[in-house]
Amino acid sequence: MSGNMNLTLKVWRQKNNNAEGKLVNYQVKDISPDMSFLEMMDVLNEQLIVKGDEPIAFDHDCREGICGMCSLYINGRPHGPKDRVTTCQLHMRSFEDGQTITIEPWRAAPFPIVKDLAVNRSAFDRIIASGGYVSVNTGNAQDANSLPIGKEDADLSFAAAACIGCGACVAACKNASAMLFVSAKVSQLALLPQGQPERYLRVHNMVAKMDEEGFGNCTNTGACEAECPKGISLSNIARMNRDYFVAGIASDN
Amino acid sequence: MSILDAKIPEGTLEQKWTKFRSSVPLVNPANKRNLEVIVVGSGLAGASAAASLAELGYKVKVFCFQDSPRRAHSIAAQGGINAAKNYQNDGDSVYRLFYDTIKGGDYRSREANVYRLAEVSSGIIDQCVAQGVPFAREYGGMLSNRSFGGTQVQRTFYAAGQTGQQLLLGAYSSLERQIGMGAVKMYARHEMLETVTIDGKCRGIIARDLTTGKLERHFGHAVLLCTGGYGNVFYLSTNAMGSNVTAAWKAHKKGAHFANPCFTQIHPTCIPVSGDHQSKLTLMSESLRNDGRIWVPLKAGDTRKPIDIPEEERDYYLERRYPAFGNLVPRDVASRAAKERCDAGFGVGTSKMAVYLDFAFNMDRYGKIEASKKGLENPGAQTIRELGKGVVKEKYGNLFDMYQQITGENPYETPMRIYPAVHYTMGGLWVDYNLMTTVPGLYALGEANFSDHGANRLGASALMQGLADGYFVIPYTIGSYLSKEISTKSIDTNHEAFSEAEKAVQEKLNKFLAIKGTKSVDYFHKKLGKIIWNECGMSRTEAGLKKSIEDVRALQKEFWSDVIVPGTTDEFNPELEKAGRVADFLELGELMCIDALDRNESCGGHFREEFQTEDGEALRDDEKYAYVAAWEFKGQNEFELHKEELKYDNIKIAQRSYK
Repeated sequence: MSGNMNLTLKVWRQKNNNAEGKLVNYQVKDISPDMSFLEMMDVLNEQLIVKGDEPIAFDHDCREGICGMCSLYINGRPHGPKDRVTTCQLHMRSFEDGQTITIEPWRAAPFPIVKDLAVNRSAFDRIIASGGYVSVNTGNAQDANSLPIGKEDADLSFAAAACIGCGACVAACKNASAMLFVSAKVSQLALLPQGQPERYLRVHNMVAKMDEEGFGNCTNTGACEAECPKGISLSNIARMNRDYFVAGIASDN
Repeated sequence: MSILDAKIPEGTLEQKWTKFRSSVPLVNPANKRNLEVIVVGSGLAGASAAASLAELGYKVKVFCFQDSPRRAHSIAAQGGINAAKNYQNDGDSVYRLFYDTIKGGDYRSREANVYRLAEVSSGIIDQCVAQGVPFAREYGGMLSNRSFGGTQVQRTFYAAGQTGQQLLLGAYSSLERQIGMGAVKMYARHEMLETVTIDGKCRGIIARDLTTGKLERHFGHAVLLCTGGYGNVFYLSTNAMGSNVTAAWKAHKKGAHFANPCFTQIHPTCIPVSGDHQSKLTLMSESLRNDGRIWVPLKAGDTRKPIDIPEEERDYYLERRYPAFGNLVPRDVASRAAKERCDAGFGVGTSKMAVYLDFAFNMDRYGKIEASKKGLENPGAQTIRELGKGVVKEKYGNLFDMYQQITGENPYETPMRIYPAVHYTMGGLWVDYNLMTTVPGLYALGEANFSDHGANRLGASALMQGLADGYFVIPYTIGSYLSKEISTKSIDTNHEAFSEAEKAVQEKLNKFLAIKGTKSVDYFHKKLGKIIWNECGMSRTEAGLKKSIEDVRALQKEFWSDVIVPGTTDEFNPELEKAGRVADFLELGELMCIDALDRNESCGGHFREEFQTEDGEALRDDEKYAYVAAWEFKGQNEFELHKEELKYDNIKIAQRSYK
């Protein structure tokens, strides 16, 4: 089924992190409003490939909004014009026939460009490796129901744990701050009894790693929360700041 | 043909695993430090195995093609994970989980493996909770459960509709902890393109750094393939775009037998195909069948809106055909029943290839309960519906949002339209009780192996198996191999076996680029998908399979003469990655059809039209086909069949009935 939308795309092309990049114009025709945004990109790439041109590189995998791999900055917004939706779940019915769409990569120094629209977000993995876990080896666990957890805390913890690690919060932030990402993991574990033994060490280490990776400071603009496709709440940042403050006092003693 | 030995331990079913664990040779901590293990894939099986082995002291390297190990496709699993905890006091037990899984698999899985899976299931939930996985809970603080298909107890643990995400992030955090401690070295954006065999044992891999295109050699005393299933052979499936068979297929071509390739799972509740542009299909979790009722209009070709069709003019065909299990019959049964109704002309929606999944009844039921909790007297229908919507939203909110995003329709107001889609593959690399393939030192875990689900997997059992294999099985079984390897020094990767393997990989990559044909990789992938879906999908025939084998072979030829792959090998080149994966799918597709043709019976997801009961159910032939078909690669387009006989000492084999 082909559709009736014709669009102009301005796409960021960059060979690799050391090369110069620029916006290049492309036309796509007969786009169906039922296509996903990435399927529209597939149509463009198919055109380029059979012409012998180089297709546009972009990251994507599950295409159902959960793996966090897709990452486009569309018309000035991470994951495009709709709230609470990842790029892969964005559909063309959210655009108008004849529209010009500008597509850029995440732009943040800690996320160097791999090629075109794909960036390297391994800094997030290194932050998790610095403390985003409960130190429990396989085989040590007690019976799961021997640790009752109130529904409210469990639900809040889950809401924080829903972060997909896509990096939209960093891309949205004028300081390229990763506070929303880091605080989501800190909060998930701080809200649960399992997370208590390492609670303050964790926040201390993760914040230190975040700074070391070059992410900026938080100036409370709230852009991260507004652009987060999973609705991770700013209150997680407040919780992290409190815990970080306590961790500071504890380490002074 | 030979008969394969699964190395199942002696003893009664209940004693096998306990005895094995107590008698398997151990490796002392000082020796573990010198033993290197390669793990390919970072999903539930890979991440849990890598973390657990590193905790034990082994030196571990992990490879994944995604940009982070957290993105493996286990993350997309929605509904839940089974465990025989019996927290609901509803009669569950290890034996019952074992029995349900064997029966659900239509008596084509291995008893000893499935019993072990049921035994360790309980420990998985404990482990995940200890890691901080936020499972759904009741107000009293206890874990919540729900029902899944093919069972009559509530044993499924869940985290909204994102259970896979939460379990994977738990395993990922354990893995990252080991990476932070230097016990695991992580290689993200790396793809395994060959196994390396030295003196008959698997001793490493060739991997391509996808960012630079550079080929790398890695040595390991053992290699674990945790690389998931091959559902993407169908092009359209619920798998991620990158999910592939390449690692398993390369291993197969180097001597690992491939078992039951035709056993694929078509999941009954997915969002229907909307057009040719479609790149993937999206699942609507089986958990929705707890609260959704499936129906089609009683009259063929009824074009009224679903809400305008009165109750007495609807056919709740699953409840009608299978009163004991109703909407919670296993997936293969539900999928075939949907196909039967649509083929008979009762389908709905513009394509007529869909059925309704309707929540109105249960929204009202929940609404009434909520109204009575709140003490509302004579609440109106509108109030009841609104209260019920709230309950459903809490249980399945993210799924309903996803449905609306994709279809543009609001499922709180109108029933969902659903149709079966390829979801999971029960077949995979043949492994023995230790999870070792037919190549010594090469293991397969999780969906990549074949062992636990027979001809049909029950819902919420994939997460259970992936984590069972990684957390609780491989840490023990690998000892029986590595204990004999303690005097094997690390092999220098300048060894000729490594250079030859690397050379072969480079030549193949060059070949893709040299063809310079006229058709994109996707063109071939879509064409292959259509052949396999039509002839080796939900129903199969001898004539269709014979023709499809010819068609796939012709498509292989066309691919190797007319594909166009842009760019070079020494850069980030996603089209080149895809070309390699599709080339492997083209070979696997052929083997799937050969396997389906060999199996002259119907069982589970394998439905041969020639073999069915009078009322259209799968008709097994236990006399002739109670075996695992394990195929050996003998050269291009040549495969030899070996068998593992399936013996049922504990379960009486019977025709599966959910009526």
